Amino acid sequence: MGGVCKMGQKYKSGGKLVENSAVYWLCCMGCLSLSALLAPPTEATEEVSLDSPEREPILSDGPSPAITPVTPTALIAPRAEPNVIMVSGMFEQSLDELEEEAAGDSFDIQISVSDPEKVGDGMNAYMAYKVTTKTSLTVFSRNDFSVKRRFSDFLGLHSKLASKYMHIGYIVPPAPEKSIVGMTKVKVGKEDLSSTEFVEKRRSALERYLMRTVKHPVLLQDPDVLQFLESSELPRAVSTQALSGAGILRMVNRAADAVNRMTIKMNEADVWFEEKQQQFENLDQQLRKLHGSVEALVCHRKELSVNTASFARSAAMLGNSEDHTALSRALSQLAEVEEKIDQLHQEQAYADFYLFSELLGDYVRLITAVKAVFENRMKTWSKWQDAQLMLQKKREAESKLQFTNKPDKLQQAKDEIKEWEAKVQQGERDFEQISKTIRKEVGRFEKQRVNDFKVAIIKYLESLVQTQQQVWRESDWAAL
Amino acid sequence: MALTPDEGDRDKVRSVSVDLNNDASLLIDIPDALCERDKVKFTVHTKTTLRNFQKPEFSVPRQHEDFIWLHDTLVETEEYAGLIIPPAPPKPDFESPREKMHKLGEGEASMTKEEYAKMKQELEAEYLAVFKKTVQVHEVFLQRLSSHPVLSRDRNFQIFLEYDQDLSVRRKNAKEVFGGFFKNMVKSADEVLISGIKEVDDFFDQEKTFLLDYFSKIKDSTAKAEKMTRSHKSVAEDYIHISATLNSLSAEDTTALKQHLEKLSDLFEKLRKVEARVASDQELKLTELLRYYMRDIQAAKDLLYRRARALADYENSNKALDKARLKSKDVVQAQEHQEQCLQKFNKLSESGKKELTSFKGRRVVAFRKNLIEMAELEIKHAKNNMSLLQSCIELLKSN
Repeated sequence: MGGVCKMGQKYKSGGKLVENSAVYWLCCMGCLSLSALLAPPTEATEEVSLDSPEREPILSDGPSPAITPVTPTALIAPRAEPNVIMVSGMFEQSLDELEEEAAGDSFDIQISVSDPEKVGDGMNAYMAYKVTTKTSLTVFSRNDFSVKRRFSDFLGLHSKLASKYMHIGYIVPPAPEKSIVGMTKVKVGKEDLSSTEFVEKRRSALERYLMRTVKHPVLLQDPDVLQFLESSELPRAVSTQALSGAGILRMVNRAADAVNRMTIKMNEADVWFEEKQQQFENLDQQLRKLHGSVEALVCHRKELSVNTASFARSAAMLGNSEDHTALSRALSQLAEVEEKIDQLHQEQAYADFYLFSELLGDYVRLITAVKAVFENRMKTWSKWQDAQLMLQKKREAESKLQFTNKPDKLQQAKDEIKEWEAKVQQGERDFEQISKTIRKEVGRFEKQRVNDFKVAIIKYLESLVQTQQQVWRESDWAAL
Repeated sequence: MALTPDEGDRDKVRSVSVDLNNDASLLIDIPDALCERDKVKFTVHTKTTLRNFQKPEFSVPRQHEDFIWLHDTLVETEEYAGLIIPPAPPKPDFESPREKMHKLGEGEASMTKEEYAKMKQELEAEYLAVFKKTVQVHEVFLQRLSSHPVLSRDRNFQIFLEYDQDLSVRRKNAKEVFGGFFKNMVKSADEVLISGIKEVDDFFDQEKTFLLDYFSKIKDSTAKAEKMTRSHKSVAEDYIHISATLNSLSAEDTTALKQHLEKLSDLFEKLRKVEARVASDQELKLTELLRYYMRDIQAAKDLLYRRARALADYENSNKALDKARLKSKDVVQAQEHQEQCLQKFNKLSESGKKELTSFKGRRVVAFRKNLIEMAELEIKHAKNNMSLLQSCIELLKSN
């Protein structure tokens, strides 16, 4: 290729030039300045940037690489953070090599989200969560550290990752959903059971989200993720608010996507993709159904617990009224047993929820991300086709101009043809790359899915066993 | 549809009242019943060595309304005012399973074939359970009568057992229905009376306080127990849906997860059966027990009302006698009347005391038996559940 980066450095010979918009910083040799790191190689970028108006606008307002080439000159002030040095050590590697290396590393990172704390008052209040990372991976500067984050920080991280990686085929785990009702209760200061449950549900969801994100070998290396986990101060991600300018833009883009979905008809040359898409469609349907049934189970078990508790109280009163002493004692014991059993039902309902129902919910959302990635492939294909059509037109225009005597126009036409030929090639390369990435990603996703479900099933069954054991123990009261 | 309760289960079902059918001189049971839409036709079978019956063994068809007639006739018989008349069996109620069947029909499109078949099976089992319950409750009523030294010799009871034609001629006509309504109003007035009257006897005083209090508590417990059992059944139903969806997931899965999902689906199906048994056992041993004794306590309360009324009559007759003595008119009649009232009151008190004491004994024994049986069944089911779960876990872990 023989390109030069913004710092004027040549690409390392023998190293791969990775043209994915996400990783320009990998190509540079030893550039320590962030702007140099982040600026894409001159050649490739400018071309791509001119005709990708459908790319999502930059939503990140933090110091992350301006990866999406729509604004190729997003110069950012250099961070004085230690992990920049770490990042530069990977210049020589391509993304592929990175992944292989990461797979070789024993996956040793544990993230926990804990200590939800209410900060502030009234409608401006928010919950701050402590994010603790314990790891031996070299990409981090320490082994054990924690930071405070709020919910919108997580959403900000996700939107940055999505804008960087989704359109080239990486399945970015979706962030937990917003809940206006739930949060309002917490803000208003209602200290009741439902708001505590809500905070716990959210805390658990955030933890799972982060673990999924770092399990992805590419995402783990992303500077935004590293910054999220390590840096003590994070600029507020305002663009995650629903009614911000960026939020509205998101909605518009989503609508445009929906239209595209209906109009792009792709000639699928690769049967694998067709099969996989159908498979995911079916899986989506079934998982949604199962999720619904498990949610009903959680609801009914909670009901059972409540009804058992109320029966226990009633039996206790009956025991009090009973004048035959032995029977009175027996009834009181029955009441006690039923009370313990109601606790067991409640615990089981929690297990049903956290071990089973939430996993299914997560996967329903993950599959939405998978479907989006398949769609992005279609979009990439469509762009390639459009480029081919354009090239055709330019060629026709040029051949027409051959017979007129307008030398500068002819030259311009020839230049344009060259331009579009390059675009067509780029389009083809993009399409091949995204197809390759998706295949890998789907393989990784399936492996992860199998593992997650196997583990969850066994954990869930063990919870059921425990409950039954205790029911057995409690039911032995009658022997007395 | 014609459903026959099968023999094996009947012994389990017949547990609410203790061992009634042990007097060989008069053995009654309901071996067969037919369910036609709303009407249930019971076949009442009697075996007897008593000579006042025409045959030693015979069967007659009876409807629910016949039982009610018998009960009401006994209640209205003056002679038995001092006895606790066994509570009338409640009307057979197929409303709940029928409604569910309707809902199931509406939701058929959203389920797989197996799911629908299983739900239908579940509902049919529920129908059967309601049916068995109503047979049992009618049977127990007759058996209470047959084991009572006085009531078993009642003429109407004999007619009920023997008369091989339709009893409808003897049943309530419209006028009597209104009479029944009126009776209920009188009863509520009685409740006021019974709480207001000054009690002369310690025993009855205690009994009154106890029964009134106990009745309201047991009514509450019955309602709560019903809700609890219903929740249990909902959980069992959810297992059906979960099992079915897991099955579909497993059928389409091509990864190592396929076997896991299949085993899990099987497991949920088995668990569901156990949960359903837990729910129905709890219902029979606990909810039915409470329900039955709630009605029995009402019958005991009725006895107290009658006695209170007799006391009121006696007090009134005293006043009348005093008035007659004052006026020196109809003194002899007033005296006779007063003596009659006193006699009646004393008789009621004496038999009432006996009845209430034996009632307490009966209640304690029945409660003990049922609660122990329920606890034993719960243990059995918990063990069953555990072994199912543990074997599944082992299977999955070894994969």
